[in-house]
Amino acid sequence: MSQMAVQEAPSAAAPKADAPVRIGVRNLDFYYGGFHALKDVSMNFGDREVTALIGPSGCGKSTLLRIFNRIYSLYPEQRATGEVMLDGRNILSPNIDINELRARIGMVFQKPTPFPMSIYDNCAFGMRLYEKLSKSELDDRVEQALRKAALWDEVKDKLKQSGMGLSGGQQQRMCIARTIAQQPDVILFDEPTSALDPISTGKIEELIEQLRADFTIVIVTHNMQQAARISQYTAFMYLGELIEFGPTTKIFMNPDQKRTLDYVTGRFG
Amino acid sequence: MTDASLTGSSPSAGPQPQIKWGRVRQSRRVQDKILRVTATAATALSVFVLFWILGMLLWKGGQGISLDLFTKITPGPGTAGGGLLNAIVGSIVLTFLGIAIATPIGVMAGTYLAEYGRGSKLAEVVRFINDILLSAPSILIGLFVYVILVMPFRGYSGWAGSVALAIIALPVIVRTTEDMLRLVPNGLREAAAALGAPASVVIRQVCWRAAKAGIVTGILLALARIAGETAPLLFTALNNSFWFNWNLTGGISNLPVTIYAFASAPYDNWQQLAWAGALLITGAILILSIAARALINRK
Amino acid sequence: MVAISEQTYKNATAVTRRANPFRFDPLFAALSRAAAITVLVLLAGIMISMVYGGWDAFAKFGTGFFTGTQWDTMNDNYGGLPAIVGTLSTALIAMVIGVPLSMGTAIYLTQLAPGWFKGPVGTAVELLAAVPSIIYGMWGLFVFVPLFAAYFQVPVSQVVEGMPILGTILYARSPSGLGILSAGVILAFMIVPFIASLTRDMLDQIPTVLRESAYGIGCTTWEVVRHVLLPQAGVSIIGAIMLGLGRALGETMAVTFVIGNANRLSASIMDPGSTIASRIASEFNEALGMQMNALIALGCILFFVTFVVLVIARILVSRVKQY
Repeated sequence: MSQMAVQEAPSAAAPKADAPVRIGVRNLDFYYGGFHALKDVSMNFGDREVTALIGPSGCGKSTLLRIFNRIYSLYPEQRATGEVMLDGRNILSPNIDINELRARIGMVFQKPTPFPMSIYDNCAFGMRLYEKLSKSELDDRVEQALRKAALWDEVKDKLKQSGMGLSGGQQQRMCIARTIAQQPDVILFDEPTSALDPISTGKIEELIEQLRADFTIVIVTHNMQQAARISQYTAFMYLGELIEFGPTTKIFMNPDQKRTLDYVTGRFG
Repeated sequence: MTDASLTGSSPSAGPQPQIKWGRVRQSRRVQDKILRVTATAATALSVFVLFWILGMLLWKGGQGISLDLFTKITPGPGTAGGGLLNAIVGSIVLTFLGIAIATPIGVMAGTYLAEYGRGSKLAEVVRFINDILLSAPSILIGLFVYVILVMPFRGYSGWAGSVALAIIALPVIVRTTEDMLRLVPNGLREAAAALGAPASVVIRQVCWRAAKAGIVTGILLALARIAGETAPLLFTALNNSFWFNWNLTGGISNLPVTIYAFASAPYDNWQQLAWAGALLITGAILILSIAARALINRK
Repeated sequence: MVAISEQTYKNATAVTRRANPFRFDPLFAALSRAAAITVLVLLAGIMISMVYGGWDAFAKFGTGFFTGTQWDTMNDNYGGLPAIVGTLSTALIAMVIGVPLSMGTAIYLTQLAPGWFKGPVGTAVELLAAVPSIIYGMWGLFVFVPLFAAYFQVPVSQVVEGMPILGTILYARSPSGLGILSAGVILAFMIVPFIASLTRDMLDQIPTVLRESAYGIGCTTWEVVRHVLLPQAGVSIIGAIMLGLGRALGETMAVTFVIGNANRLSASIMDPGSTIASRIASEFNEALGMQMNALIALGCILFFVTFVVLVIARILVSRVKQY
């Protein structure tokens, strides 16, 4: 029991009973050139739940995340085999329109990436690509997205200013606003707060908990306490394999695997 | 030294090891001195030549600056007075037309090299050849354009001259565009792609915008480069001592060739005009170069 | 958990979507590819047009074109040797004078100049590189040449008159100031800023730690330069020098003003001569028929010589900016 004292008890809301599967992963393998980075991964992500991917550096959690919006397709030497089912379709098949897929699955990166344009244009970017909206509709959607991202009050008077002039935390929230403005089904977060100060981190964690009501969320984090705070399900990965997956409370309080226990109690990683 | 204790005994105990100053061999010092003197002299010479040239231009060219320079056209042989109006207009038109032709092609080619062509064999070859073209003798480019645009159409033209200038400007724009686009962090590309933007949108709305200052600098540098080029115009646009022909056929008046023709001519006013023209060209080029430098430093 | 069907999803999120929003994406990619290929087409075009235009002259004179010394427009008999020799010798003189000067300037700029001074002097060198060659030509003709004739050619000729080797190479029959040597000197001044800024960029790229550790063990500036910096950047510096050579070979206007444009081959570098570029520049517009072919043939030779030099340079230079 003394081992348990080292961890924080998970504080996130409990997972919903009978939550439908949003993303189903079956026998997924991934290769960087000749390097076998993900080995036969299978798991399910619940609709409107927050699932955290944790594990030591190099375990493949970011690699797995980047498969869901096929951002790896930008690089010719990276490839994936297996199945990733989103609403009945395998997104790894060549018949999928990658751009449309990416509009439905949004991603927030570790480093805030404001585009070199105004805050308004940043948020409207995705909408302008895919939807026919009038100016007032666009204004509404931008405002909605910024409100949801808890940034509206801070920027409502300077929407025309460059997005690059905001602080780090604000930029990241703008990137989140930009992503949710497209009304995706799933949002992927790749270590979204590791480049931010604690106050901004706190704000974004609150944000993620609120976003859960509307979006399915997968978050990669190397900060176990963060995973315990905000996720309903947690997947522990190690050296490209999925070691254990389950409700967050279980993973942190009494996991099945010894390696999981070692990791969450801080024995390695 | 026998008693090197750590307790800090007084330093005066026993003979001290001598560190002699002046241990450096005299010859080393002398060699170093020679280097310093020669390097400084070389630089002083270069800077001196710059000021000599600028001074000469200001002195001799400055004498020819007058309102007439900008309002009258080039005088015929033996005619007094005159100005450089047609040559100035011609040069401006040819240069801007050349840049107008070179910029779209150059920016698109640079975009290919930076965005689509990473790791592609074609891109490697294009980069290589582009660097060769960058230093190709401009007179050969003039000959090339002569063969393809002047001979078949049996006549000099402003179009041929602009194309020749465009060919000289193109490699500069390709190179700077590629270099500037490469500086755009990959994170921005991924973020745009993650919103569902296809490559052309990512490039146009994000990459080009991010690299805007650098790309414009490249265009300014290309402009500075072609503004003073004479050789390629000699056989393409040639020159025209009468008015400037707006449909760009026949010889087109331009500053560099005018200067070439007037500089060693026996008429005083022609020589005067040649110097004034030289001052104008050099001034324009220096301003463009400084503007380009300022733009890239502001970033 | 229960799987969501696609239909349920589609019903749940109906949004006004654009039809086929990215029709032009492949077109954009194709256009950029085409633009890149244009670069290749241009080089090929230049090469083909030179060979095509000069073909008749090569066919008629064969290897005699490379060795013939006559340039006879009356009888349509053309030999390119004087021009070729002129091109090579002016370039050689420019290198002999220019390389040490540019190396010295680059070393000064990177090692010796006090901090606040570096910027202005560096800018001065770069501005010098931007000055067009016709200006150098005019400076050469009107300022340099008279001084050169009076203060160099005349005294030197008097000294070397009658001497065995120098008496032929350095003797000026009619010291006008125009000639191969003058052209070489003007070319040297043209390429010094060019090579100097390239070399400076290369030396700047050497990691500071290398330099500082050399100074730290007590090396003098000269020793740091000779034993650390130059070997480190050595290959690229040679590449920069080759780029300068390429430029010197093809330079037209600066040379045309001061070389005297004589059609004959002379043993003395003080005598007027011609280079391929100056020959083409001065005669092309009045040339017809075989003369034109001969001039383009000369251009063809220049093309291949500079092409080889530039290829070697490109292989040696790690991609330092040349603009």
